[in-house]
Amino acid sequence: MIQRKHLLAALAATLVGGAALAADAMGAAQKQPLNLTAIGMFFIFVVATMGITYWAASRTKSTADFYTAGGGITGFQNGLAIAGDYMSAATLLGLSAMTFAKGLDGFIYAIGFFVGWPVILFLMAERLRNLGKFTFADIASYRLEQGTIRTFAAFGSLTVVCFYLIVQMVGAGQLIKLLFGLDYATAVVVVGVLMVIYVTFGGMIATTWVQIIKACLMLFGGTVLLFLSLSQFGFSLETAAQKAVEVHKDGIKIMGTGSLMADPITAVSLSLGLVFGTAGLPHIMMRFFTVPNAKEARKSVFVASGCIGYFFMVVCALGLMAIVIVGQNPDFYEGGNIGGKLIGGGNMPVMHLSKAVGGNLFLGFMSAVAFATILAVVSGLALAGASSIAHDIYARVIRKGTASEAEEMRVSKLSTIALGVVAVLLGIMFEKQNIAFLVGLTFGIAASTNFPILILSMYWRGLTTRGALLGGLIGLISAVSFVVLSKAVWVVVLGNATPIFPYEQPALFSMPLAFFFTWLFSVTDTSARSKIDKAGYDDQYVRSQTGIGAASASSH
Amino acid sequence: MSADIYKKVRANPKFAELEGKRSRFALLLTAIVMASYYGMMMIVAFAPEVMRTPISTGSTLTIGVPIGAAIIIGSWLLTGWFVNRSNGEFDTINNEIVREATK
Repeated sequence: MIQRKHLLAALAATLVGGAALAADAMGAAQKQPLNLTAIGMFFIFVVATMGITYWAASRTKSTADFYTAGGGITGFQNGLAIAGDYMSAATLLGLSAMTFAKGLDGFIYAIGFFVGWPVILFLMAERLRNLGKFTFADIASYRLEQGTIRTFAAFGSLTVVCFYLIVQMVGAGQLIKLLFGLDYATAVVVVGVLMVIYVTFGGMIATTWVQIIKACLMLFGGTVLLFLSLSQFGFSLETAAQKAVEVHKDGIKIMGTGSLMADPITAVSLSLGLVFGTAGLPHIMMRFFTVPNAKEARKSVFVASGCIGYFFMVVCALGLMAIVIVGQNPDFYEGGNIGGKLIGGGNMPVMHLSKAVGGNLFLGFMSAVAFATILAVVSGLALAGASSIAHDIYARVIRKGTASEAEEMRVSKLSTIALGVVAVLLGIMFEKQNIAFLVGLTFGIAASTNFPILILSMYWRGLTTRGALLGGLIGLISAVSFVVLSKAVWVVVLGNATPIFPYEQPALFSMPLAFFFTWLFSVTDTSARSKIDKAGYDDQYVRSQTGIGAASASSH
Repeated sequence: MSADIYKKVRANPKFAELEGKRSRFALLLTAIVMASYYGMMMIVAFAPEVMRTPISTGSTLTIGVPIGAAIIIGSWLLTGWFVNRSNGEFDTINNEIVREATK
């Protein structure tokens, strides 16, 4: 039972963590021999995306082009880009690894990662598009006091961006060391430099296309792998399942569910953090501002959730087939010891499967796709961070709207470079650290700070500046405290014997706290400002529903 | 300028009607998705033997597999329905409201 709980927590951390091979890879990722095929394929990807960046640079003239591609991305393109954001290296590796280890549980688990998307569409997509211009702070401060709420929202975005960047950087370093046989530091620097180039020159246009290409490669790679693997079972999932049951140490149990609910509170807390944290990630929200109108915003979620749902099902099927193909092959185990430790760690089944059914060439392709994935996600993050600094803090709060486009552009490019440097330094600093806690922290903060302010400002007339600020702060403080007091920090990092907070994921507790105090400090707010806040709701409501006055697409 | 337009929109009875329809629809779909997902989780938690029922006699695959797939595919189809109705029926009314307010 305890072991199961541990596995669940570890996988949870891995899965949520974008690239975070964190939980598993810490210390586990030993350097592999140089993989020239993979490096070659990755090089092709870089050359192609650099070409796109060059083209994008010529079309990135205004701040609107830079932050949101001038609102000129179609719903279909944006849908692929959103899917690209969500189908991370961790979903490919982590979900297949979970099915490999636990069977049906892995699949049921994957569904929790999917159901947030329909809900985001039904409740948020349209309003996000109609109210937002460049950043999530635009929405949060729409009718509340600009200086305070914009600063706070920008701070919330930047915190999430920085933590998530560390997670991605460390994950990238470990993954590249493993798949490409490159040095950790080299990998981190390569990621940092490419990210800065994509974003400073190509802005949102380049970032979006990097995402789109990567999403297509991933869907293509996954489908080919599915086809090749299924061909070994006469294209029958039933045959694959029979063989898997025969060879798996848990036998027929893998076709039922078990460990998932060993710790239901962590499972529910994780799923809440995931669904609402995703909705509170600045780089995901920003994607909704890149389309010309609400119609396209809706279409993009339809396309995105189709790709994500398909991909998750494929990945879980791959995990099942890997039980037979990888699990019975001594070449993939350390010392040839079947059932022992997988070479490269527990997240590797799908990579080994690629090699087993597609040879070195296909393994190289899948490795390159995994690297491209990280690159795409960090670019989106850097752009979201840069827009918070340049648009919210510099142009709106410090210069109070008097900065020229050129000045704002310059600040956003400088911020991108600064973020790149910070990301590389932190990535190197955290190499040997156990950063699993950062994953819980990122999603905890996004779900308990950004999300409550966002959803209440859109849906609740009574929200006031004071309520949003204090409630948001309490959400932030409680998410951070719960994570610090949980096992990941209190025991693993600080070396205490037992955790004070018994669960791994804070969202189930920190979210209600944030909502409650936002409500409390809003309804007891009788200041003059609170009247302005509430009076602004009617107009905001009409705009959020009809799109009148919404930022529209630029001419190109 | 836009404040006047917003006032006109609010005064238009079609706006209230559209909003009613649209939010009921969104809430209904949200409820379906959430109920099916958490319903499945309840089965997993309290009646795990249900998930171990074979699809048909003698098969190894259990009904957990199609149930899971049905939730993913079903909720995706719901997003399709939502997009279809919002981009068609609702947007048509919405455009009328906007036109009436801005003329």
